[in-house]
Amino acid sequence: MQTLEVWNLAVRRNGKTLLRDVSFSLGSGEWLAIVGPNGAGKSTLMKVLAGEWTYTGVVTLDGRSLNEMKPRERALVMGLMDQGSFSQFAFTVEEVVRMGRYPYRKGIFHTGDPDEDAAVEQALADTGLTGLRHRSVLTLSGGEQQRCALAQALCHQPQVLLLDEPVNHLDLNYQKELYQIADGWRKSASHAVVTVLHDLSAARRFATKALVLSGGKPLSFGSIKESLTDDILNTAWNMDVAGWMREMGEAWR
Amino acid sequence: MKRGQRRVWIVLAGILLTGFVFMLCLCLGSVPIAVRETMNVLRSALTGAVRDDYIGIILLRRRLPRILCAGLIGASLSLSGAVMQGLLRNSLADGSTLGVSSGASLGAAVAIVTGFSVAMGDLTGTTLMAILFAALSLAGVLGLAYALDKSLSTQTIILLGVVYGMLVSALLTLLITFSGEKLRTITFWTLGSLASVNWSSMLLLTGAFVIFGAILLPHAAVLDLFALGESRAAHLGANVRRTKIVCMAAVCALCGVCVSVGGGIGFVGLVTPHMARLVVGPSHKRLLPACALGGANFLMLCDLAARALFSPLELPIGVITSIIGAAVFIALYAKRGRNDANA
Repeated sequence: MQTLEVWNLAVRRNGKTLLRDVSFSLGSGEWLAIVGPNGAGKSTLMKVLAGEWTYTGVVTLDGRSLNEMKPRERALVMGLMDQGSFSQFAFTVEEVVRMGRYPYRKGIFHTGDPDEDAAVEQALADTGLTGLRHRSVLTLSGGEQQRCALAQALCHQPQVLLLDEPVNHLDLNYQKELYQIADGWRKSASHAVVTVLHDLSAARRFATKALVLSGGKPLSFGSIKESLTDDILNTAWNMDVAGWMREMGEAWR
Repeated sequence: MKRGQRRVWIVLAGILLTGFVFMLCLCLGSVPIAVRETMNVLRSALTGAVRDDYIGIILLRRRLPRILCAGLIGASLSLSGAVMQGLLRNSLADGSTLGVSSGASLGAAVAIVTGFSVAMGDLTGTTLMAILFAALSLAGVLGLAYALDKSLSTQTIILLGVVYGMLVSALLTLLITFSGEKLRTITFWTLGSLASVNWSSMLLLTGAFVIFGAILLPHAAVLDLFALGESRAAHLGANVRRTKIVCMAAVCALCGVCVSVGGGIGFVGLVTPHMARLVVGPSHKRLLPACALGGANFLMLCDLAARALFSPLELPIGVITSIIGAAVFIALYAKRGRNDANA
C-alpha cells in the first residue's frame, strides 16, 4: 500500500479551476518534488494535502480518504513545514517544537503522551537546536526559524512530511543543512517527503520522484529520470532549461 | 531545575500578593478599620456569628462582596482578554472586541431609562436586562459572522465586532439624548462602578467565572497553536472553527455577565495579559491562570482607589482602570520598542 495516493484531483475555487487531472502516488522512503513555473498550481496542491482546501477526486493517506479524516487524525499522519514568522509572542524554541505533539495529547488537559519528551529531544537534536531550546523564537535568525519549524514538523513524527518551499530566503549554508536534515530523516525512518521546489538542481539531487505542473495541469510524473526530461522542462518553462543549468554550472569551472 | 524553582516562586508570590491586596482592600476605605479588628470580624463570621454592629455591616455587607466582585470581574475580564488575544492573534483584542459588552451596556441603559425592574433575588433590573442584551448580541454577532463567512476568519470577526460596537454606541447616545434626568445614572453606569453590588452579584459572577472558566482553561494548549497562526493550528490538528466558536461564545457570555454587574470597565482585559506575559511567558497553560490572578488583584486595587481616593465622593472604576491601563500600555510598548531596537 502506498502512503499517499492521489487520483484525478481537481480544485475549483471562486469559479476558477486551479488544478485538474492530478494523479500520483508515493510510498515510504520516497521524496516527491513538485516543480513548475509560477501559477502552475504547486501551492494549491500543497494546500489540499495539508487539509486546508477542499477538492474533488481521491486523496488517500495510509489507505484512508483525506476528506473523511478529522484534523487531529490527519495531523498524526501528515506534518507540514511552511514559511512565515512564528508568532508575535515570545515562545521559546522548545515550546514551539513541543506544540508539534498536540495531536498526540488526550483529555481536556492534554496530558498522557508518554513519548512527548523523547520526541521533543530527538527533534531538537536532529535540527541542531538543543543549545537554543530556551531562546525566544522572536530572537532567532531566519535560518534558525526555519529549522525550528522543521523541528516542530519532525516532532510530530508524521509518515509524510510536507515542505512548502523550505529554503525560501535562506542562506546557502542553511539551505544545504535543511536539505540534509530532511534527507537524513527520510532515509533513517523510511518516511515520505513532499516538497514544493523552485530549485531544479535540488530536486534532481534529493528527490526520488517528481511531479511537473504547468497551468494547473500535470505535465509528467515519475522517477526523476522519467519526469524531468529536457522536453518536459522546456515545455513547462518555455526555455532551454538544461542548457541554462549547464551554463550556470560552467561558471564554476 | 532553575526554571522549575522560578515557577514555584512566582506561584507563591502571586498567592501572597493576592492575600495582601485582599486584606488591604478590606481595611482601607472611607472608614479605615484596623487589621486586627478586620480579622476578628472575619473569624467570627466564619464561625457563624455575624456581627451586626457598624464595623460588621461595613465589612460584611459592603466591602467583602464588593472586593470579591472586583476580584471576580478582574479575573474574568483578564482571562477573556488573554483568550481573545491568542485566538485572534491580535494584541489589541479583548473580551469586548466582539461588541457583546457594548450590547450589555445598551441593555442596562434601556433598563435605567424605562425604569425596568423585576424581583429576582437581589439582582437589579439593570443587571438582568444587560444579561438579556448580551445574550442577544452574542447570538446576533456570531450568527451574522457565520452567515457572512463560514470559516469565521479573524478579519470578519473583528470587523463585525467593531461595526456592531459603533451601532450600539449610536443607539446608546440616542437613548442618552432622551434620558433627561437619568443621564447621570447612565453615564456613571457605562463608565463602570461596583458601588451597588451585593452578595447576589457575587454569586452570579462566581457562577459565570466557574462555568466559563472551566470551558476556557482546557483550551490553553490549542490557544498556543493559534498564536502561531490559524493555518499552522489547523496543520497541527486543531479544530479551528469549533475552537473559535466555543471560546468566543464563552468569552462573550462571561464578559456580558461582568458588564451587567459592574458596567463597562475598560482596559483591564487588554492590559493584564500583556503584563502577565512579562512574568510567566506566552504559553497559555501558565498565562490564563496568571491573568485571572493578576486581573483580580489589579481590579481590587483600582476599586480601592475608586472608593477611597476622594471619599466620600466615589469615582467610576472605569476611569481609574483606563488611566492606569493607558499608562501601563504605553510603557509596555515603549519598552518593547527599545528591545526591538537593541535586537
